[in-house]
Amino acid sequence: MKKISTEPFFRHGFLMLLVAFTLIPIIFTLSTSFKYFRDITSGSLRFTPTLVNYQRLFDPAQSNFLRLTANSLVIAAGTMAIVLVIASLAAYSLSRFRWRPLWSGLLLGTILFIHMLPPVTFLGPFYLIARSLNIYDTVLAVMMGHIVLNLPTATWILLDFFANIPKELEEVAMVDGANRFQSLTQVLIPIIQPGIAAAGALAFIFSWRDFLFALSLTSTPRGMTIPVGISSFVQEYSIRYGEMAAGAFFAMIPALLMVAFAQRYIIKGLTLGALKG
Amino acid sequence: MQSSLDSSLPTKPPNLVARFGNFVDRTFQYWTVAPLVIVLLLLVAYPTFQLLRMSVSEVDIVKGQAVWEFVGLKHLETALQDPVVPTALKNTLVFVIAVVIIETCLALVISILVSRSKHLVGLYRTVLLIPLLVPPIAIGTMWRLMYDYNYGFINQALKLIGIVAVPTWTADPQLAMPSVVLVDLWHWTSFMFLIILAGLESMPQEVNEAARVDGASEFQILRYITLPLLRPTLITAIMLRTIFAFKVFDEIFLLTSGGPGTATEVISLYIYKVFSGQFRLGYASFLALGLSFIISIFVIFYRRLGRRAA
Repeated sequence: MKKISTEPFFRHGFLMLLVAFTLIPIIFTLSTSFKYFRDITSGSLRFTPTLVNYQRLFDPAQSNFLRLTANSLVIAAGTMAIVLVIASLAAYSLSRFRWRPLWSGLLLGTILFIHMLPPVTFLGPFYLIARSLNIYDTVLAVMMGHIVLNLPTATWILLDFFANIPKELEEVAMVDGANRFQSLTQVLIPIIQPGIAAAGALAFIFSWRDFLFALSLTSTPRGMTIPVGISSFVQEYSIRYGEMAAGAFFAMIPALLMVAFAQRYIIKGLTLGALKG
Repeated sequence: MQSSLDSSLPTKPPNLVARFGNFVDRTFQYWTVAPLVIVLLLLVAYPTFQLLRMSVSEVDIVKGQAVWEFVGLKHLETALQDPVVPTALKNTLVFVIAVVIIETCLALVISILVSRSKHLVGLYRTVLLIPLLVPPIAIGTMWRLMYDYNYGFINQALKLIGIVAVPTWTADPQLAMPSVVLVDLWHWTSFMFLIILAGLESMPQEVNEAARVDGASEFQILRYITLPLLRPTLITAIMLRTIFAFKVFDEIFLLTSGGPGTATEVISLYIYKVFSGQFRLGYASFLALGLSFIISIFVIFYRRLGRRAA
């Protein structure tokens, strides 16, 4: 008879502890965001839930959070669209055609170089570019930074997906009279849709998350994003816990949605992007 | 593909549109890579050139125009005399080494435990994915709330179990660095976990089975089969984690801004302060170049290690 092992009990116990460690700050923040100040300071577990923190956060008379949300959305969506177009075209070219190792190596090497460099390296040069193009403190300046930031991962993900499509498929389309452009848009792109979803989701989320570029390429709500708004709010009013929590939780929503609905793509994209580098 | 020409007519060249289409089709390889090349030239190659130029210059913005003055190696002299530089370097190294070691060990344990589980794997994966996608500024804010001296979760929990002399966490010079490291563990352990788990899942199971049949214990399998097979994945994961750890900025900016004193002043944070607070573009660029140099030393080291492992 097989003896009953206690190992699974300890294994799941340990893993559940980690789950708790991961979730506690989020739950604590979420509950703080629904509390009146007196309930935050009383420290008791029971409280009267309220939306007052969110109302204050989004009241245009009191804060510019609405404007920052619009900026964040425009920047993330724009970055995603531009990165997807550039990366999928380039991945198509690099994986479906014969390239001299020198040229493809140079391109992929430059991409790896971006991925390695700390973003602070780009601050000075990007600041000067934004100044000279007269786009400092606009969404365009931030988007410029985010495009560079997101190109490596997107290109790696899409390269992998293109490389897995059999060559014959495209040849069949060409025999049927399609030109290269048609075979790319009508045959290949539909096949790599999961790759586009993964690359797009990651580009969106990494643009939404970014702080450093948005912080150094903007100075007013004209171009600022949510993370910059939260950080200046936290440093200005370190005692307004309820609104801090509401802002932090609001900034997390896209991440939570992605975890809920696009988890498989994201895990694939993250590990693939990582292991390629 | 081509406009169909009536063969009875004398051959005339195909019309311009068709010829252009044909040209595009034959050179499609280059058109499709062109956007990437343009972006890399404008937003990577040119900025890199500017960075090198800035690191040997003083740059000022006068009436919206950049004014350059060549100063040679002056910034190197400044850096050697700057008292914050050695502190920031030391703090960065302490931070990087601490988080890389702890996160690797922790992630290794978690991924081995998860890979042995049949139940709840989806839950573990889902929950552990969250910290990687949350904006670091939100992470910093959450942990500011957690660490709050009066109303934070941690101190309230400590008081609940009878500890009255609660610490000030990020405001305590001794505890500030460990507090920041803990936040980083929350944020980044999952990254190592996902990569190592992917490595474990792609491993051939037959070897383990064969060893088990031959009477190897679970520990022996782990020590002599799993870990050696995992080595290349581990080295890649550790390399990436080291690179990212050197870039740490957002959470520390929000939690301590480098303080108290210079207890958590890391190099990225100091570069930002030189850039934005003191507006010394040239000196900041020189320091950024130095940081990139240090990171590349680590990368070369890990690459060597990886090649030996392979």
